[in-house]
Amino acid sequence: MNYLSTLYPAYAEIFLLVMACVILIADLLVENQRKTVTYVLVQLTLLVLFLTTYHYHQTEPAHLFHNMFVGDQMSDALKMFSYIAVSMVLVYTRSYMLVRGLFTGEFMVLTLFALLGMMVMISASHFMSMYVGLEIMSLSLYAMVALQRDSATATEAAMKYFILGALASGLLLYGMSMLYGATGTLEVKAVADAIKGGVANSNLVVFGLVFIVAGLAFKLGAVPFHMWVPDVYQGAPTAIVMMIGSAPKLAAFAFVMRLLVESMQPLAAHWSAMLAIMAILSMAIGNISAISQVNIKRMLAYSSIAHIGFFLLGVLSGTVEGYGAAMFYIVIYALMTLGAFGMITLLSHEGYEADSLDSFKGLNQRSPWLAFMMLLLMFSMAGVPPTAGFYAKFSVLEQIVKTGHVEMAIAAVMLSLIGAFYYLRIVKLMYFDVPESHEPIRMPAESGLLISLNGLAVLALGILPGWLMAACSVVVQKSLLLQ
Amino acid sequence: MIFGLPILSVAIWLPILFGVLVMATGNDRNAPLARVLALVGGILGFLVTLPLYTGFDKLSSGMQFVENVEWIPHFHINYSLGVDGISVLFILLNSFFTPLVILAGWQVIEKRVSQYMAAFLIMSGIVNGVFAALDAMLFYVFWEAMLIPMFLIIGVWGGPNRVYAAVKFFLYTLLGSLLMLIAFIYLYNQSGNSFSILAYHALPIPRFEQILIFIAFFMAFAVKVPMFPVHTWLPDAHVEAPTGGSVVLAAIMLKVGAYGFLRFSMPIAPDASHELSGVMIALSLVAVVYIGLVALMQADMKKLVAYSSISHMGFVTLGFFIFNAYGIEGALLQMISHGFVSGALFLGIGVLYDRVHSRQIADYGGVAHKMPVFAAFFVMFAMANSGLPGTSGFVGEFLVILGAVKANFWYAFLAATTLIFGAAYTLWMVKRVFFGAIANEHVEQLQDVSMREKVILLILALCVLGMGLYPLPFSEIMHTSVNDLINHVSSSKIPAMVMPAAAIN
Repeated sequence: MNYLSTLYPAYAEIFLLVMACVILIADLLVENQRKTVTYVLVQLTLLVLFLTTYHYHQTEPAHLFHNMFVGDQMSDALKMFSYIAVSMVLVYTRSYMLVRGLFTGEFMVLTLFALLGMMVMISASHFMSMYVGLEIMSLSLYAMVALQRDSATATEAAMKYFILGALASGLLLYGMSMLYGATGTLEVKAVADAIKGGVANSNLVVFGLVFIVAGLAFKLGAVPFHMWVPDVYQGAPTAIVMMIGSAPKLAAFAFVMRLLVESMQPLAAHWSAMLAIMAILSMAIGNISAISQVNIKRMLAYSSIAHIGFFLLGVLSGTVEGYGAAMFYIVIYALMTLGAFGMITLLSHEGYEADSLDSFKGLNQRSPWLAFMMLLLMFSMAGVPPTAGFYAKFSVLEQIVKTGHVEMAIAAVMLSLIGAFYYLRIVKLMYFDVPESHEPIRMPAESGLLISLNGLAVLALGILPGWLMAACSVVVQKSLLLQ
Repeated sequence: MIFGLPILSVAIWLPILFGVLVMATGNDRNAPLARVLALVGGILGFLVTLPLYTGFDKLSSGMQFVENVEWIPHFHINYSLGVDGISVLFILLNSFFTPLVILAGWQVIEKRVSQYMAAFLIMSGIVNGVFAALDAMLFYVFWEAMLIPMFLIIGVWGGPNRVYAAVKFFLYTLLGSLLMLIAFIYLYNQSGNSFSILAYHALPIPRFEQILIFIAFFMAFAVKVPMFPVHTWLPDAHVEAPTGGSVVLAAIMLKVGAYGFLRFSMPIAPDASHELSGVMIALSLVAVVYIGLVALMQADMKKLVAYSSISHMGFVTLGFFIFNAYGIEGALLQMISHGFVSGALFLGIGVLYDRVHSRQIADYGGVAHKMPVFAAFFVMFAMANSGLPGTSGFVGEFLVILGAVKANFWYAFLAATTLIFGAAYTLWMVKRVFFGAIANEHVEQLQDVSMREKVILLILALCVLGMGLYPLPFSEIMHTSVNDLINHVSSSKIPAMVMPAAAIN
């Protein structure tokens, strides 16, 4: 009993693992055609998870399982954001998946396992547990992409995702093994000490670092390792893309923090130079390629590449405030992505995918409210005040100007000006064009409510962003083991 | 504070609140309600700004009606408002135009009425925010937010090529303002984490940085003014925008850019302003002369007035960068007068367009025979546009020329050509549209202005004449602030070399 009570930072993970197994079995035994019981159980699990994490939140970092696992303020905050994101994904996608016959027990259990993987990634303080978390998440996501078995594009997307994901994992592992060879340990803190103490062979360490950065870039979808992103976004069912594009980005943020910042802070000069190139290229290629897309999922894929570029700017500033800004950016980005893909699922109905730009034509005439919500989301993605996306960009820019990279700030804003064009095009389609069909939009009440909350949250966080900025900055400050 | 109300906040948020209410009336079945509600909102919005004039202390150069609330403490951003003699008149001008614009679109706008009216009300509040903001980030938020309603106004209710014009308008303006954002962030870091505009005014900045900051601000403000050579979005936007949109663009939005020069560029980077004043004056004179000639060649009435606006705004920037009280006061008066006159001209063109659905000068002729009352009004506004003494257009131009003579005779000489060109293009248009024989059956069927149109035009005519005959109420309110600005700008802000402590001892 005594041992169990020391495990409290990991209670959420343990509970989730148990519940995922329980729900897997319950789904088989309980007769429910529309999977209502499973769905409610999953949502309840997420609620309990939220309360657990909130109740057992850490003020100081607590290490567990021989330093494999850490509970700190940053991990608690990121986990809570992830629960919310996953819960939103399920609300948005329920009817979309139901009419396509994809709302199965497997889908929900895989979602929970993916969440478990993210949580492990977020809380990992050892290369081994990081890798295990990453694989739990990735394998669940590969399977989810392939869930639509009879669709050729989904299968193709799954294959691409799997093969490139496996390659990235390989690169990451190879880099970690280099670091192990150089430092003799896999523990984040010990690696940091070894590098700082100068005992490690610096050539070997930098060599390992290159592979780790490449692996990370693959997972994040940063240029030049971005090729899979558009294909997967376009091919996979919209509901799954919403999952891939939102919560895992939060986990990826933690991953970047633990790997690059906590364990390799002394090598910041090396990795920030690599990130700088990737950031600028991602923003350039993401924003420019997005212009010519006619499929909105593909457009949002390129937009995600551009956003990742902006996010990397925050990381490479190399200050605690910069990491806080990057976290704020990624949280806001997840919120906007959920809204944008949520809108696509709302406009889709049986036998119709609203994934072409034309499906947004004249939305203002069909439903002024939905059009207004999408307007907020698009202006937020473009970074126009008074929406949350502006402050996300602003806080990152503030940090890179402060650290003396004014030229990168100018490049970033010029590239986001290009980005503004394709977000504006959606607004143009919704407000200036005539609709292709005047069919009324039917959507479940809870998704309608959620999209309203989502859009208004983007506006509200644009008017009062201070608390979330401060919170992100504080949790990062309290959590990172910076010597 | 009248009745304990924070007037500036009310001036910003009351129209926005009414805008949201109007939007909530929903689809076009409730259009009459939307119209009435919008008009009430517009008039109330104007009435609440009146205490800004009556309660204004003309002898103080400091900020008045100040409000300051912490907004985003993480970045030391405050919700900080205040007006001085430079900004107060623009808030009044903006609030004054809102009900007129709503009236102008009363019958003409038939589709999505509530959204149209709401967009103008929300924009009115946001523009008041731009003029009242004393915090750079607050300013920036209002500045950018202004784009969204204007983008929709042009794109939804505009002419055939509206999408091109709307996107061009948006991207052009966004380009400039993003660089301004970088400048703000730089200043934030230099000033020890402050976004207060007044703190920036006092902040010493080295020469090279001042020039960069000046250029960043220039990109933002020159696009909005618009100055030559970044003016090309304006004719497009004006031609495609609905009448109300053109009025707000010409009367209000162009002033925002010029205001930015006075509030940001000149006081924050005074040395750079002096150093680059030659370029600014050259660009202004190119606008005055060259764009004046371009206006002469236009076949489209709206385009003609649009180019005339650019030319007049060239006068304004010329007035700023000759750095004397005549110049700056003249420029400010010219801005207000241009607000009245160009607003009135666009409304007049709107009156014709609503009847004939053409803006081509060639489609008209002899309108005065059929619309004598309207012709009288329009000719008067045309006279004001060409700067006839006794109208508001004369006051500002005269003062700017007077200031320019003090600076350099040739500036004044070139600037004065505007009196000729302005008269040429405006009166030639009037001649072709209003006089001569009745050109075609469309003109034959014209009805004279309705009561609603007459009221709008009469109000503007009174403003134009009133300001032309007795400009003192306008100039006295800005006097102290302008002098203060000139004193501030004339002292260098380049930090002196810091002596090592040992050397002092």
